Amino acid sequence: MHNLTLAQQLQALAAGEFSSVELTQHYINRIESHQDSLNVFVTFTPERALEQAQEADQRGTDKPLLNGVPLALKDIFCTQGVKTSCASKMLDNFIAPYDATVVAKLQQAGAVSLGKTNMDEFAMGSSSESSYYGDVKNPWDLSRVPGGSSGGSAAAVAARLASASMGTDTGGSIRQPAAFCGITGLKPTYGRVSRYGMIAYASSLDQAGPFGLSALDCAYLLQAIAGYDAKDSTSVDQPVEEYTTNINKDIRGLRIGLPEEFFQEGLDADIRAKIDLACDQLRELGCVIKPISLPNAKLAIAAYYVIAPAECSSNLSRFDGVRFGYRCEDPVDLADLYSRSRSEAFGAEVKRRIMVGTYALSAGYYDAYYLRAQKIRRLISEDYQKAFAEVDVVLSPTTPTTAFKTNEKADDPITMYLSDIYTIGVNLAGLPGISIPVGFSQKLPVGMQMVSTYFAEDTLLRIAHQFQQHTDWHLQTPAKFE
Amino acid sequence: MNWEVVIGLEIHVQLNTQSKIFSSAATAYGADANTQACAVDIGLPGVLPVLNKAAVRKAVQFGVAVDAEIASQSVFARKNYFYPDSPKGYQISQFELPIVGKGELTIDLEEGSKTIGITRAHLEEDAGKSLHEDFVGMTGIDLNRAGTPLLEIVSEPEMSSAKEAVAYMRKIHSIVRYLQISDGNMQEGSFRCDANVSVRPAGEKTLGTRTEIKNLNSFRFIERAINHEVERQIDVIESGGRIVQETRLYDADDDSTRPMRSKEEANDYRYFPDPDLLPVVIEEALLAEVKAQMPELPHVRTLRYQDSYGLALEEAQQLTVSQESAAYFDAVVTVVPESAKLIANWVCGDIAAKLKQDELSIEQSPVNAEAMAQLMQRIADGTISGKTAKDVFQAMWASQTSADDIIQQQGLQQISDVGELEALVVQVVEDNPKQVEQYLSGKDKVFGFFVGKLMQMTKGKANPQQVTDLLKAKLVRD
Repeated sequence: MHNLTLAQQLQALAAGEFSSVELTQHYINRIESHQDSLNVFVTFTPERALEQAQEADQRGTDKPLLNGVPLALKDIFCTQGVKTSCASKMLDNFIAPYDATVVAKLQQAGAVSLGKTNMDEFAMGSSSESSYYGDVKNPWDLSRVPGGSSGGSAAAVAARLASASMGTDTGGSIRQPAAFCGITGLKPTYGRVSRYGMIAYASSLDQAGPFGLSALDCAYLLQAIAGYDAKDSTSVDQPVEEYTTNINKDIRGLRIGLPEEFFQEGLDADIRAKIDLACDQLRELGCVIKPISLPNAKLAIAAYYVIAPAECSSNLSRFDGVRFGYRCEDPVDLADLYSRSRSEAFGAEVKRRIMVGTYALSAGYYDAYYLRAQKIRRLISEDYQKAFAEVDVVLSPTTPTTAFKTNEKADDPITMYLSDIYTIGVNLAGLPGISIPVGFSQKLPVGMQMVSTYFAEDTLLRIAHQFQQHTDWHLQTPAKFE
Repeated sequence: MNWEVVIGLEIHVQLNTQSKIFSSAATAYGADANTQACAVDIGLPGVLPVLNKAAVRKAVQFGVAVDAEIASQSVFARKNYFYPDSPKGYQISQFELPIVGKGELTIDLEEGSKTIGITRAHLEEDAGKSLHEDFVGMTGIDLNRAGTPLLEIVSEPEMSSAKEAVAYMRKIHSIVRYLQISDGNMQEGSFRCDANVSVRPAGEKTLGTRTEIKNLNSFRFIERAINHEVERQIDVIESGGRIVQETRLYDADDDSTRPMRSKEEANDYRYFPDPDLLPVVIEEALLAEVKAQMPELPHVRTLRYQDSYGLALEEAQQLTVSQESAAYFDAVVTVVPESAKLIANWVCGDIAAKLKQDELSIEQSPVNAEAMAQLMQRIADGTISGKTAKDVFQAMWASQTSADDIIQQQGLQQISDVGELEALVVQVVEDNPKQVEQYLSGKDKVFGFFVGKLMQMTKGKANPQQVTDLLKAKLVRD
C-alpha cells in the first residue's frame, strides 16, 4: 500500500481495495518501526488518525477530495488540541487552541492526520538539525540530513510513513528537502495558500505547500489548500485552477529557460549532468530549452539574510514567557523574565537570526540593511519578470549539492546559508517553484527546480507530471523503507 | 526675562467601532478581564491581523473634517518593544505613511481665533492594561483593550499657552463627537492626550528642549499640568539648569509632574512595514462618500447660528459644543423660530445649569426639546410671562409634566383680556390721585408704582406689555 502514490491510493480507496483505517493502520505500524531511526515526528497521533480514518470510511457517495488518505503535517501548523511546537523548547508546552486554515481545509477535504513532523526550530535552517527534539535523518542515508526546514515532512514521504505531507517554504524549506529526499515538493505563489495559523518565521516569504511522491499527488494537496482566506490579508483573492485536471494538458511548445548564473562554479558536476539529462527528456516531450539570465540572483542570499531575520526578530517577540510557552523559573523582575525565558528556550540559530534582524532594523542601520535588501528584492523580482517575458518556466538544480552529512555544516552557518542559493530568490520574488527528483548522484537523490510566474502552479505541475509519466526517479524507494 | 511657551499635542482618540482594529473581538468598555480578547488580541502563534474597514472610514472622516490630505495609500508599521500589555511584542501603528496628512484647525480664543496646524493623524492599536492591584508581588494583564482602534492626532508645536492647548483639545473633542467616530469619554480613556512642552526666550527662533507629559485625560488636568511644567522649566533654566528631554507623568493629587522613566538612550522601536498587512488604499469613491455625508461641523454651525439667529459668538459656541446640544436647540427653534435668542438663553442658561446640577447630559434632560418648545411658545403667545416661565420650567423639570398642563393646573395664564385689564387700570388711577399727579408732573419713576399695583391685584398674571400700554394710554401727559 505504501508504495502507491496518493493518487493511486485514492483510487484504491474509492474502489474498496482497502479502507482508510487499513491504510492508516499500515502507516501507523511503519511509523512505529521507523520513528526511532528517522526522528520524523515530534507528535505522533495514531488514535486521532484512526478516528479520522473511521470517519472517512463512513462517508457516503459524495466523498471529499482527499478522503481517507493519511498525511503528516509540519509542526508549524496550529492544530487544535494538539501540541504545536515549531520544534522549539519555547512551545514544548503549547497546545494550539485553534486550527490553521491549512489544517481545517485538509480536514474538510477528508484527509487523516498522522501527526506533526520534526523541523528546524521555528523553520530556521536547511538541515532539520536545529530541532529541540533532535535532528531528522535522511531515509536514503541515515548519516545525512534530510534538508530543512521541513525535513521531517520530506523524510516522512520518502520513507513511506505517510501518503503525502505538508511543509512550509521561506527560502527553500520545501524544495530543498524534497530534493535531498528524492520526492516532489511544491512551494506555491506567495498568497495562494493562507498563512493563518502557520507560525510565522518571515511573514513576507513564508508559504505552505505539499510534499508528495509525484506531481499529481502535490496537485491533489494544492487543490485542497489553495484559495483566498479572509483571515490572511496577504492571501490573494484569485480563482483556484483545476490542478488535478490541468496536469494532463500538453506541454509541447512550452519554453524553459536555464539561468546561466545557476550553472557556474559551486555546482556539483554530477548534479549538472543529471539536470542536462532531464532537459533532454523535456526536449523530447516538446519543450523548448534556452539560456536566460538572472543577473541579480547572486544578491539573493544577502538580501534574504537581512529581510528574513528582520521579520523574524519581530515575529518571535511574542514568545516572551508572559502568556504561553516557556517561562523561566522564578524571574526576579520583568527584564529577567524576558531575557531568561527567551535565552533558555530559543536555540542558537533562532537567537542568531533574532540578533541579526534586530541589528538590521535598528536606527541608523535600517536604510543600509533593510531598505537596501528590499531594493535588491525588487531587482530580483524584475529579473524573473523579464525572464518570464521570454520563457514559461525557469529551470535549475534545486540545490548545488546532494544531502550533506549530519553536523557537516552545523558550525558553519554561512556555508549552510549558501546551500539555498537556487531557491531563495523565488521566495523573495513570491513566485511558485517545484522540485522533482531527476536521478541519483552517489546513491543520493538529485532535485531539479522549476519556477513559473505568479499563480502558474498548474504549468509547473503539468511539466513535472509529464516528465514523471516518462521517468521513474520519483518512484524510487530508499532501500531500508521498501 | 520673557519666556515663550511652545506646546504640541498628541491626542489619542479611541474610535467607536464595534470590533477591534485587527480582530473581530468586541470593544465594549468594562467587561471582565480578558473576556474580550480573542486569539489575535492575545498574540497567539500563527494568528494574523485583518484590518477593520470601519476604523479606516472613521479616520478618513476626521481627515476630511480638518481639511487634511488623505493618503491614497498608507502603510501599517510595527513598533517593536517589549511590555507585558503589548502581547505581540510590537504595536501595529503607522509610521512613515499615515492615513491622514497635513491639516489644520481654527480655535477660538478670547483675543480672537488662531489656526493650529495638524501634522498628521494615524491609525494604531491600543495596548492592554497592567493591573497592579489584587496581585501581590505580581502583575495582572487585561488584554480587553488590546487592539482597540486609536486615531493618534499630532499637532504642530504651535500652541503658546495652556489655554490654547485646552481650546485645541476641546475643538478636536467636539469634532470627533460630531462625526460620531468616538464616544470621547475621557474617564474611560477614550480621549487622552500627551503634551510636548518647551520654553524659549521670547523672540528666539530655535525650539527649547521639550518634555512630554503623558496620558492627560481631563481638560482641567491638561491646563494645570502644562502650566505647572512651564513654571518648572522656567525655574530650571533661570536657576542655571538645563531641561532634560524626558517623559513626565502628571500627578493630579499634588499638581506636579515627575519623570516617568529615564530616557538616557532613546527607545529604538525598529519600525518597519508590517508584512502581514497590505497598504491601505483609499478609493476616490470612499472619499467622495465621506465628503458628501460630512455633518455640519461645530464651527460652521456656530457661524450659521450667528448669521441666521443673531446669536452672540459665545452663545453660539456653547450651543454647538456638542452635536446633542445643537440638535436640542435646533429642535426647539424650528417650532418657535421668532424666539431664537430667547431659546439660546434658556439652553445655555437655565437648562445648562439644571443639567449640571443633576449631572445629566442634554439627551437625558427631563424637559425634552418638544416640551421646551411648548414652553417657549407660551411665552411667545403671551400666555405666560418670562418670569412665570421660570417657575413653570422648574415644575416641568421636577414632574415631567407639559408646560400647558402646569399652566392650566396652577392657573398661571396671564390676564391679557383688554377689558378686564382696562377696568383695573381705571381703578388704580382713581385710587391713587397723588401718584397720578406726580407722574403727570414729570416723575417717570412713579410709572413702576402703577405697574406694581396692577401686578399685585392680578397676582402677577397681568400681561406686563399690555399693562404698560394701557397705563400709558390712560396717563397721557398734556
